[in-house]
Amino acid sequence: MRDIEKILEVRDLSVDFKVKGGTFRAVDKVNFFIHKGETFGLVGESGSGKTTIGRAIVRINETSGGEILYKGRRINGRIPAELDRKIVQKIQMIFQDPMASLNERAKIDYIVSEGLYNIHGFSSEEERKALVQKALLEVGLLPEFASRFPHEFSGGQRQRIGIARALIMSPDFIIADEPISALDVSIRAQVLNLLSQIQKTKGLSLMFIAHDLSVVRFITDRIAVIHLGKIVELGDTEEIFSKPLHPYTRALLSAVPMPDPRREKGKKSTPYDPACHDYGEEAPSWREAFPGHFVYGNESELEDWTRRFA
Amino acid sequence: MADIAEEIVLDVKDIVIKFNLRGQALTAIRGTSLDVRKGETLAIVGESGSGKSVLTKSFLGMLDKNGWVDSGSVLFEGQDLAAFRDEKPWLSIRGKKISMVFQDPMTSLNPLKNVGAQIAEVYALHRGYGAKQATAAAIELLDRVGIPEAGKRHRQYPHEFSGGMRQRVVIAIAMACAPRILICDEPTTALDVTIQAQILDLIRSLQREYDFTTIYITHDLGVVANVADRVAVMYAGKIVECGSAEEVFYDPRHPYTWALLSSLPQLGIKGKPLFSIKGTPPSLFKTIEGDAFSARNPYALKIDFLREPPRFQVSPSHWAATWLLDPRAPKVEPPEIIRNLRESRQAQDAWFSGSKA
Repeated sequence: MRDIEKILEVRDLSVDFKVKGGTFRAVDKVNFFIHKGETFGLVGESGSGKTTIGRAIVRINETSGGEILYKGRRINGRIPAELDRKIVQKIQMIFQDPMASLNERAKIDYIVSEGLYNIHGFSSEEERKALVQKALLEVGLLPEFASRFPHEFSGGQRQRIGIARALIMSPDFIIADEPISALDVSIRAQVLNLLSQIQKTKGLSLMFIAHDLSVVRFITDRIAVIHLGKIVELGDTEEIFSKPLHPYTRALLSAVPMPDPRREKGKKSTPYDPACHDYGEEAPSWREAFPGHFVYGNESELEDWTRRFA
Repeated sequence: MADIAEEIVLDVKDIVIKFNLRGQALTAIRGTSLDVRKGETLAIVGESGSGKSVLTKSFLGMLDKNGWVDSGSVLFEGQDLAAFRDEKPWLSIRGKKISMVFQDPMTSLNPLKNVGAQIAEVYALHRGYGAKQATAAAIELLDRVGIPEAGKRHRQYPHEFSGGMRQRVVIAIAMACAPRILICDEPTTALDVTIQAQILDLIRSLQREYDFTTIYITHDLGVVANVADRVAVMYAGKIVECGSAEEVFYDPRHPYTWALLSSLPQLGIKGKPLFSIKGTPPSLFKTIEGDAFSARNPYALKIDFLREPPRFQVSPSHWAATWLLDPRAPKVEPPEIIRNLRESRQAQDAWFSGSKA
């Protein structure tokens, strides 16, 4: 698994926002990579910078430090127009709220093929129509839906339309930003299944941004836990769930409500207290605690955290 | 868990709620009954459109203008809330004896008024406090719901608070009248998981302190497991199963409850597709024949399409409306995920009683 080609690599990425009286660092020197064909989860709470990272990759947010490499080529900052066109096509994004992310005044036919118009991705009207049909079928919608408007669809169907318009570009990397949090429980399962099925059959790489660890566990191969713009822990999903090291990861895990009344009622929540770190003597750094399992802390913390899993 | 006294605070009987939509009548609640017991936490779960919000809005006289209670009764403190015909009688109930906390704290607060004034208003209106007294009471309450530096922050506006803090303010407003019943409509859906845990804890501790009854409306079964003493599962305008939290989670009987639990990603098995409920809920514009869930129910029997199942009692505190519980029905094993839940309880039972599972 380790030697597989990396489709995306993020090195020391920082993103600053201008605020009244200075700048606010939303993403602080973040490092990670995503293998080809992998599902990578980026987990954190609101304000952690997870969405900003996703938006920086698709060039919606400007970066202020570090670099983002797509198949080995830098794609942040100033890049050649040819590369820009390429990533506009090859990296697609699926948004959280399907009620807000579809143009209410356009028909599905146009919404799904809008990206194709931009890159001149078809040679004739017939070809475009055929591509729209194919994309709709792939996400489990009927081709005749193309002539309808977004308001005629339910939340789950709208999210499928959002996925169809990403797929029509034949991307090789998809960023899904909380794609199911706005949906109903029963619909969530359908959309999750669809995403993981598409990912498998097309061999896509997927970056899944979410705050809900239970969903992330189900769909991802590896996850990174992000807190206030810094990644605090990264590793294989099952490894993180069985050996959570960083206190923030543990707090996040303990907060996920499980459908088990006895467990839930006996549960003591362990909130994360950033003051629990003593970095006066030794500054924290990015360390490999177990093979492929990284955590942000100093030597003595690491010893302390890993002891319970020895 | 405290003992639940059997005193019933809210008695809903055969309630039918209809809406007039573009000249057509939609039956949102199709005749359902529910009793809410004093001091308990009852959770109503269901998909969007199942009618869980509509049902509880009728306890507050907050149905949209095109909606009305067609028949049935809602008994509360000797009054039939369903019989109220104008706004007047509601003024002594809504916000005073029955309060509500909504999903999105940003839309339920007034953005142009500081939070202290929004709480003080309740004291002035419902309890006749003077301005000074009301402000002092508001600050005390803000402090109680966990707003740091309440003495200063009561002068701030909703936009200056985070989502979790805003929801605390909304809870404070709901608490100002010391209501008998607090209805929480998806109170934590818009919040982060760690904040969610704090808000649920807050409501729990307030409930212990002020001794009120809580009704949660949610689609998050994890939250339900965390808070509920009893659970009512709603589908297409009817409660289809009701029992204690342990009964509904570890020994569910209605195929819809099975489906709802099975589709949880928490219980999914990695690498296998997650269970999902096929199809869509029935249209409520038409009269529904038989069991409303039959068309989507893989366990449906012939009779499910013809006659509506009655409530079958599973235990004194647990019932489900499904023909599968009829003695003449064939024996059906619930899906694997549900059996696992049951085994997990048996393992816990063994663990609790001291023996090794």
